[in-house]
Amino acid sequence: MRWTFWERRNKELQEEIQTHLLLAECDGMESGQTEKAARHAARREFGNVGVTEEVTRDMWGWRWAVDFLQDLRYAIRSFRHRPGFVAVALLTLALGTGATTLMFSLVSGVLLKPLPFPEPNRLVAVNGHTDAWNTKIYGEQKVAYLDFLDCQRESRSLDLAALVYNNGTLSAPGEPQYVNYFEISPELFSVVRVPVAQGRAFLPEEDRIGATPVAILGYSFWQRHFDGRADALGSSIVLEQKQYTIVGVAPAGFRLYGDEPDVYTPLGQDAAGYLRNRTAQPVHVVARLRLDATLGQAQAEIALTGSHLARAFADTNAGRSLLVKRLQPDVGDTRPTLWLLLGAVGLVLLIACANVASLMLARAVSRERELAMRVALGASRSRLVRQCLTESALLGVAGGLLGIWLAATGLHPFLTFWPGDLPRAEEIQLDWRVLMFALGVSVLSGLLFGLAPALRAPARNLEQILRASARTMPGSSRRLHSAFVISEIALAIVLLVAAGMLGRTLLHASSLSPGLDIHNLLVMRMALSPASLTDPARIPAAWQEVIDRARRVPGVQSVTAVDIVPMREGNNQIGYWPTPSVPPQDKQPVALASSATPDFLKVMGIPLLEGRFFDEHDRLGSELVIVVDDVLAKSAFGGQDALGRSLWIPDMPCAQTTKTFVACSAPYKIVGVVGHVRYWGLAGDDQAQVRAQFYYPFAQVALPFLRRWSQLMSIAVRTSVPPLTVVEPLRQELRGQASDQVLYQVRTMEQLAHNSLAMQRFLLLLFGVFAALALILACIGIYGVLAYLTGQRVPEIGIRMALGARPSEVMWLVLRQSLEMISLGIGIGTIAAGAAGRVLERLVEGMQPTMLSTSVIIIPFLVFAAMFASLVPARRASRVDPMSALRQE
Amino acid sequence: MSKQKDRYQNRTELLQGTLDMLILQTLQWAPRHGYALSKAIRTNSGEILKVDTGSLYPALHRLERKGWIEAEWKASDLGPRLRVYRLTKAGKRQLVAERSRWERLTAAITGILNPAEKENVR
Repeated sequence: MRWTFWERRNKELQEEIQTHLLLAECDGMESGQTEKAARHAARREFGNVGVTEEVTRDMWGWRWAVDFLQDLRYAIRSFRHRPGFVAVALLTLALGTGATTLMFSLVSGVLLKPLPFPEPNRLVAVNGHTDAWNTKIYGEQKVAYLDFLDCQRESRSLDLAALVYNNGTLSAPGEPQYVNYFEISPELFSVVRVPVAQGRAFLPEEDRIGATPVAILGYSFWQRHFDGRADALGSSIVLEQKQYTIVGVAPAGFRLYGDEPDVYTPLGQDAAGYLRNRTAQPVHVVARLRLDATLGQAQAEIALTGSHLARAFADTNAGRSLLVKRLQPDVGDTRPTLWLLLGAVGLVLLIACANVASLMLARAVSRERELAMRVALGASRSRLVRQCLTESALLGVAGGLLGIWLAATGLHPFLTFWPGDLPRAEEIQLDWRVLMFALGVSVLSGLLFGLAPALRAPARNLEQILRASARTMPGSSRRLHSAFVISEIALAIVLLVAAGMLGRTLLHASSLSPGLDIHNLLVMRMALSPASLTDPARIPAAWQEVIDRARRVPGVQSVTAVDIVPMREGNNQIGYWPTPSVPPQDKQPVALASSATPDFLKVMGIPLLEGRFFDEHDRLGSELVIVVDDVLAKSAFGGQDALGRSLWIPDMPCAQTTKTFVACSAPYKIVGVVGHVRYWGLAGDDQAQVRAQFYYPFAQVALPFLRRWSQLMSIAVRTSVPPLTVVEPLRQELRGQASDQVLYQVRTMEQLAHNSLAMQRFLLLLFGVFAALALILACIGIYGVLAYLTGQRVPEIGIRMALGARPSEVMWLVLRQSLEMISLGIGIGTIAAGAAGRVLERLVEGMQPTMLSTSVIIIPFLVFAAMFASLVPARRASRVDPMSALRQE
Repeated sequence: MSKQKDRYQNRTELLQGTLDMLILQTLQWAPRHGYALSKAIRTNSGEILKVDTGSLYPALHRLERKGWIEAEWKASDLGPRLRVYRLTKAGKRQLVAERSRWERLTAAITGILNPAEKENVR
């Protein structure tokens, strides 16, 4: 638009001046001149039409735009003359901005983007909070269902909704399968303000015990199992033996905590005991601030309700308060990793900038005479600076666009390459946020690498520059060049040391023993037939049958049922005490507790150090027994013998067969000591907060808890054949009478051990790539700068050689210059690497504090590479022919 | 090219103060287009002051941008339309300011050129 306006004014100006000439011509003819003579006279009188137009145009005040276009044209022209320089610079910048853009799109999609719901900043979460140990370990707690109902009834500032995560067997339609489902209060979709995709949400009258069972399907589940057919509505599913009528389909991609659920059921219909008391806190509470309500009001209100509840129900709620926080997307523990990687690519980008800057600087110095000439002809200094910046900004933006293209093509492959599931991965895209970032980064980097060369535009002592030959070079320029090389080396050191530390960590972790025999070991989750779960008294027999049947499968040596499998998710941490006078929860040491059947040790290949493991005599009613690992034995009893001693474990699901939870005062006798197992993964276990472990017999789990425990159980199978070959036979064998028993999450222990290092391996690979890139860039930088500096010194070298310097001395002259830069870079880089190493140690599980020793390995390597890069310019310098060098003068 | 341009710019600057005033003064009586303006200045100065067109048009466009004059396209009997400039209110104020500045300046210069008269007065 602006452009057409400019064109029009231009035309008008030409018209104005042509009219002027015409009028002058007419006057001339009136005074008796011939037409031709009059025209010539008018022209002569007027002077240079083009220049007049140009000067007039300057008066319009858009000079900068015109200048900018002119600079742009000039920049493009000058780039065309140096395709090599432009190619190297563009490639460098494209890699730098591309990697940074890609990483930022992850950070943006996973961490920065608000929740994908309307007015996400008015959504909050209500959490429980106690000062006991479990808050520290598990983070904020969820809320008891009855507490939620009280909050919902009393709140004036919030619309609240509840959801409970659950798993179960979906036995019809089709093959039985294990699904995850959300039990939700009917307000959920209206609170979040996303309409259901099909059908309707739950009605308030459906939210009570005994109401018609209705269900909503998760969108993906509906697509997968009902092919997205609308007639799914009104049909029925059987979930945990209960028949539900489908009334709706949830919004596409709807997820709040964890993965997208398969099915939703009304929370109020669930009569389960744990929802009807205040001891268990299974409920996620999300809420939306009502119109005019502020976060502060909601916080005060809910806190008040919490303290009322704590007083009214002192036996369950004492010491528990309720907190309101803004609802944050559930991103698991990806936050530090993502920031770490963004930081690392940021370093690569900085190196790229330094590299291009030194290339630009070399160019600027060789153009110094040209620039001085232009100043002499009247160009202002700011004008020249602007011109240089235009060039670098153009380079930066072009490199940035290439980088965005790289990021766009690389994003998807990179995401599939991410170890495990990246939460919110579906929200990662190159959106305006990322594009703004990329553009900002490229312009900024353009300015960053363009500023130093631009500021060299000559200001004073013009005639000195004009008179001087190319040989002389101000010391400031040499220092600037060195500064770029030094910073490149320093940055490369940081990345190399980081990669080295990761590599050593990985090597170290891989060499660790997991504490069990990972070969020929298969673990899988197992869902018993929902029919067996209805009667707790029948559950132990059902498990026994599973174990017996599994053992009959050819290739299976031994079988165990266990609730927590090493190196897989699953966690049950319980406080313990070695004497009966147990202190409050927050003073108790904590151990990982898992229940297992007698063959557990044999199947897992865990060494028995002392005593015995469980046998069929350990059951309900007999003495309560546990087996501890050597870590717990050492920390609880010092060096003394743990065997035969007892632990008091008040939070254990105790054998008293009451309906509600009662603190367990009975001691647990230690009958065996076994080796420590690296439950938290090969890398993570040594630094884990909770390392102590104990095992208790599954047969001693009290009846009221058996149903819940059964939902958590896995079976582990030791095989004499490759473990994956027994999966199908096991599946067939364990289907149960109603063929509704499901095996899922089937893994070999080797896979689990391998996966426990996946993040470290992934980081190592990325850091390795970044470090290699940094090293290459730094070497190119050293080569470029030295080649340039040496080129500038050719006449000087010529004189030296004419005066008798030997080629080796000249070579040394150049190498010394490079060594100075390298050693300074190493010095600065090592200090920076120390800081970076500490960051890594904090953020990466199992990071070995090997900064110094790694540096010792890395530095000679870098020096070697850098010296290699300096060798070519040095040799070229040593071959300077003194005669021709001097003749250049 | 750029050398030539610089020369023109220098001349503009040299004449700037006075040329602006002359343009404003001449436009005070009636709106005029560029050619008529240059002719009027020449005639009114008794053919002494010849306005250089290389300075005239930049000056006109500059004054227009400052809001002292405004331009309008008008049809003419000749055929091509004419860009006619007219003094604005701000331009009138500016003219008064420039005239008083000019009068002070000439008085001062006259004072320097005729020192004797001053001494005589004392």
